[in-house]
Amino acid sequence: MELHELGIKAAQEGLAKGDFTSEELTQAVIDRYHEADGRIGAYLTFDEEGALQLARENPRAVPIAIKDLINVKGQPCTCASKILKGYVSPYDATVVRNMKANGFIPAGRVNMDEFAMGSSTENSGLGVTRNPHDLSRVPGGSSGGSAAAVGGNLCIAALGTDTGGSIRQPASFCGCVGVKPSYGRVSRYGVTAFASSLDQVGPMTKSVEDAAILLKALAGHDAMDGTTPDVPVPDYAAALEGATLKGVRLGLPKEYFDVSGLDPEVRRITEAAIRACEAAGAELVDVSLPHTEYAMAVYYIIAPAEASANLARFDGVRYGHRSDKAADVYSLYTKSRAEGFGPEVKRRIIMGTYVLSSGYYDAYYGRAQKVRTLVTRDFEKAFEKVDAIVSPCAPTPAFKFGENQDPLTMYLNDLYTIPSALAGICAASVPAGLTEGAHLPVGVQFICGGFKEERLLRICKAYEDSNN
Amino acid sequence: MQAGKIDVGYVAELARLELTAEERAVFQPQLESIVGYVEKISEVDVDGIEPMMHGRTLVNAFREDVVGESLPVETALGNAPARVGDEFLLPKIVEGAES
Repeated sequence: MELHELGIKAAQEGLAKGDFTSEELTQAVIDRYHEADGRIGAYLTFDEEGALQLARENPRAVPIAIKDLINVKGQPCTCASKILKGYVSPYDATVVRNMKANGFIPAGRVNMDEFAMGSSTENSGLGVTRNPHDLSRVPGGSSGGSAAAVGGNLCIAALGTDTGGSIRQPASFCGCVGVKPSYGRVSRYGVTAFASSLDQVGPMTKSVEDAAILLKALAGHDAMDGTTPDVPVPDYAAALEGATLKGVRLGLPKEYFDVSGLDPEVRRITEAAIRACEAAGAELVDVSLPHTEYAMAVYYIIAPAEASANLARFDGVRYGHRSDKAADVYSLYTKSRAEGFGPEVKRRIIMGTYVLSSGYYDAYYGRAQKVRTLVTRDFEKAFEKVDAIVSPCAPTPAFKFGENQDPLTMYLNDLYTIPSALAGICAASVPAGLTEGAHLPVGVQFICGGFKEERLLRICKAYEDSNN
Repeated sequence: MQAGKIDVGYVAELARLELTAEERAVFQPQLESIVGYVEKISEVDVDGIEPMMHGRTLVNAFREDVVGESLPVETALGNAPARVGDEFLLPKIVEGAES
């Protein structure tokens, strides 16, 4: 196995044994980047000398690719938007500090949908990322660069963020493991905000064990993010010891399988995964999440509303693009934003402003927050009967560039990942198989309750073992 | 505006976003269909249901009221599109004032 093909666990073992140094490992990733990224386009920028310097200072550290909305001091942080071209981060995000303190270093910045708004990375304002399994197809999104880098062995592992499915769906499309932690498990400080009540950083890796190791390094209370409770972070990797599906009660929500848009190959692979879990000792239980059909509508009110408020900070005053055609302060705002933002970001700002505007707030945003309570209660009720829920991760395998032109059709891609995001609970995508003919990867999704990452990862690991 | 009839040009003004005529023509039907879709939530009975503001039920998070680290002026101004001395430079804001 070549060095760039290693996952975190294998890399840590090699570093510990002295088989290679962090500098050699980082150089191998850089060599692979030069060899393959012209075709794939996972990275937006790669400060090679900076990464190698960090590797020399931390000879046991594992390099990690960083989604381009997470601040690393002295590095660009564009959110794949023209409005942040040239921006240099003045400080490290807490996840980056935590990572560095736990034997990881940031190496390279990967592409995404602009401000994490999208499901294909086609909304990047700065570059095209292709699926490493089929270059005519998208890598998913919004963490498409992270998924393509992991799936194409252009990194050891990557950080992504998930607001409505942006870690899990691209992980499914690119054949990697993606974990969305519970809301509050990982600090958002220094992570450019899209929808603040939903955003979470999480690991995108080559195995469940790697995800457990990296999540442990990221998670924990942060005084800089008031939504992170002071709950101890378990040793997730140690908890995988003896992971089994024996006696695990797995819930099958009927609303998730009775979907007309579910691709037959995804259905086949998901059903095979469920049978494999049953064969490994899991007990299958039918559950119902009756408000599922409203979750998408709730999300496409709440997420744009929060985005429109968060993105108000891009006004051409303190940082970011400033129009040179502005005559006064008003046109400085309107023109800087018009020139800097791409179409999907503009659509969502308008949508969010609309649902928050006077006379509409109660009917849209206020009501959506109440329906969000009902979506969350559905899960609470289901988890009285089951330990985890199993479902498809995305309704289709990776689609072709330009295939989903209509924004609303694209939104419906997130139907399996959005409800659990609204509920703030944890969920993961684990590779489950390849489609017939096209050989595209498909992930299966496991969902557990809030702060049940230990349980989630054990179930994922036991499934992964049964599938190998 | 009546419910479901989003006026994209007007809302873009509220959002301080200048749109071209072409963008308005493209966004208007797209946003009408998105607004039409999300109106689904009006079917749900939400009487007596508390709104959920966050991914977790939270109580206030307090910290000690002590001065912590903050960005040095030079760093904070490092990404400024235009500056004068230790300040961000902007076009004139107040009518009739000296700029």
